[in-house]
Amino acid sequence: MSENTHEDAYLEVTDLQVQFPTADGLVRAVQGLSYSVPLGRTLAIVGESGSGKSVSSMAVLGLHDRKVARISGSIKVGGREIVGMSEKELEGFRGGGAAMIFQDPQSSLHPYFTVGDQIMESYRAHTKVSKRAAKERAIDMLNRVGIPNPKRRVDQYPHEFSGGMRQRAMIAMALVNDPKLLIADEPTTALDVTVQAQILDLIADLQRDFGSAVVFITHDLGVVAEIADDILVMYAGTAVEHGPVKKILAEPLHPYAWGLLESIPALTGDPQPLHPIPGTPPSLLALPSGCPFHPRCEFKDRVPNNHCTTLRPDLIPRTGDLGRTSRCHLKDPDQVFELEVLPRLP
Amino acid sequence: MTATTTAKSGVRSVPGAPLLELDAVKMHFKTKGEGLLARRTQWVQAVDGVDLTVQPGETLGLVGESGCGKSTTARLITRLLEPTGGQIRYQGVDIAHMSDRQLRPYRREIQLIFQDPYSSLNPRHTVGTIVGTALRTHEMVAKSGELKRVQELLELVGLNPEHYNRYPHEFSGGQRQRIGIARALAARPKIIVADEPVSALDVSIQAQVMNLLEELRKELGIAFVFIAHDLGVVRHFCDRIAVMYLGRVVEEGPRDSLYEKPQHPYTQALLSAVPDIGVVRGTPPKNRIRLVGDVPSPVDPPSGCRFRTRCWKAQDICATEDPALIERAPAQQVACHFAEPPAESILAETA
Repeated sequence: MSENTHEDAYLEVTDLQVQFPTADGLVRAVQGLSYSVPLGRTLAIVGESGSGKSVSSMAVLGLHDRKVARISGSIKVGGREIVGMSEKELEGFRGGGAAMIFQDPQSSLHPYFTVGDQIMESYRAHTKVSKRAAKERAIDMLNRVGIPNPKRRVDQYPHEFSGGMRQRAMIAMALVNDPKLLIADEPTTALDVTVQAQILDLIADLQRDFGSAVVFITHDLGVVAEIADDILVMYAGTAVEHGPVKKILAEPLHPYAWGLLESIPALTGDPQPLHPIPGTPPSLLALPSGCPFHPRCEFKDRVPNNHCTTLRPDLIPRTGDLGRTSRCHLKDPDQVFELEVLPRLP
Repeated sequence: MTATTTAKSGVRSVPGAPLLELDAVKMHFKTKGEGLLARRTQWVQAVDGVDLTVQPGETLGLVGESGCGKSTTARLITRLLEPTGGQIRYQGVDIAHMSDRQLRPYRREIQLIFQDPYSSLNPRHTVGTIVGTALRTHEMVAKSGELKRVQELLELVGLNPEHYNRYPHEFSGGQRQRIGIARALAARPKIIVADEPVSALDVSIQAQVMNLLEELRKELGIAFVFIAHDLGVVRHFCDRIAVMYLGRVVEEGPRDSLYEKPQHPYTQALLSAVPDIGVVRGTPPKNRIRLVGDVPSPVDPPSGCRFRTRCWKAQDICATEDPALIERAPAQQVACHFAEPPAESILAETA
């Protein structure tokens, strides 16, 4: 990551807050999230259920119902501010400049319309072309995402497609308007590994061709290692670690990231006992005081003066390591990782 | 073969027989064709000739992609389904076509854990009732001792025993999966069939539940048939692993030889497709085998070898002759005419 990231960032999220008032109280789903993604790069957002990874990404496309969600902070896409945009402006923005791929292609494609109709509708909403030209475009897109026999397939219904093909069709629909920003929310989680490998290759190829900025939401660190340039680890609505993938997965500095690595069984070597993070993620209605991770953190006693339980740590840059930040009170996380965590990784 | 009956449990057994044996088991579901073929009956060959053996205390992993028949196999072993062919022998006695009444003592010894911790527990029953019903059904304890046993079971799976009067919605996903495990343990089973028991859980919770299953297996000596699509999870938990494709077992063997020297092209493709975090620690990327196309329909599977339509090694013989599952390396059986270990290790070495 270079120093001028901020100037050429295509997506720039600053101090994003997303809250949902409910009968039980205020759900703080995202609190003070900031990140940026330049064109041609992929940012992976990882975290467990309820960490805010999907909620924050839906906010980027203005997908939250404003009657239900309170959103503050700033989200700039290609210089345009999304927070506070009218529904009409958002409609023009979505599908055109930015698009989203979802986890479940089954529920994201309409069962009553042919796959071709749905791709054409998305295309014609943003480009004034004839039906015939739109159909040509749909066939071309199906071909590009690797669907065999696209001329025949374009007139078929979603139920006639297999799971992997439906995911490809959804990607074709998302990319039909050459979006500069693509948000992929667990796009391969519902797929089998061999199909997942095909879809990951496809997203990487398409990104190379279109040069778009990609936000890839996943919980699979193996997928992150293969596809992303940067990684943002989220916990309880905030970023706890952020930076280049190669550095963070090789030498993470936050105890939560350590716990994730220790929970994944290895594919080689003698199986070692796993060392999972104890407990469960906190409720977003009543976040713990201090560091939100402290109730599950085995290193909190290393920090003097009970800082972990009383003081919320800031996301601070790591000295001498450009573009890398972590939210933890530990003084020497690199040494703790090296000496204590690394030896027990699976 | 003469089976002897254990008077107390009502379970018959043949001395020296393996705990569980599937012998050419078939499950063909009847279905109607589409369009012009609507009147013709078709058969979905979900499981088509599966042989498996599980010894007492052993863990057998079943892997494969959607539609390969692994969940159907789980339902056959637990006899939620009656097979259309073959034998399912429990301690040497065929239970494939037993009536519900005859099955009752066997159901106690063969328990099932489900994937979805949300839909497999009755939301209107307390945890105590859920686990207690299992105790009562199998007449495990006297009424007076029921609560005590429920609490013991909750403690065994790492839940607070005082929470017996809470409802499922008061627990998290990982805790609900523990309740499902406690329910299975209530019957003191000899074998547990676990169908994707951790795949609905977050990574850190998944590791907690896997450690729990591991402890129970060591402490109680229960055998497992462990079904999962995550190859890392299966490798972590199982002694032996069978790989399924389109209703058949294509390769089966001890954990290490199967993961390090897989001989069936499908196993090789499957293992090579798993994204590996090792690449960031400087290990060379895997030599990925890319499969083309989709799994064929189980209504009309390809002749001969079922994997041939997607196999890069396929020759004429693959279309005409169905390859048998034969031993190619010690204890490793492969169903392929051209079985051989991979030329170079397809799995990245760990740092």
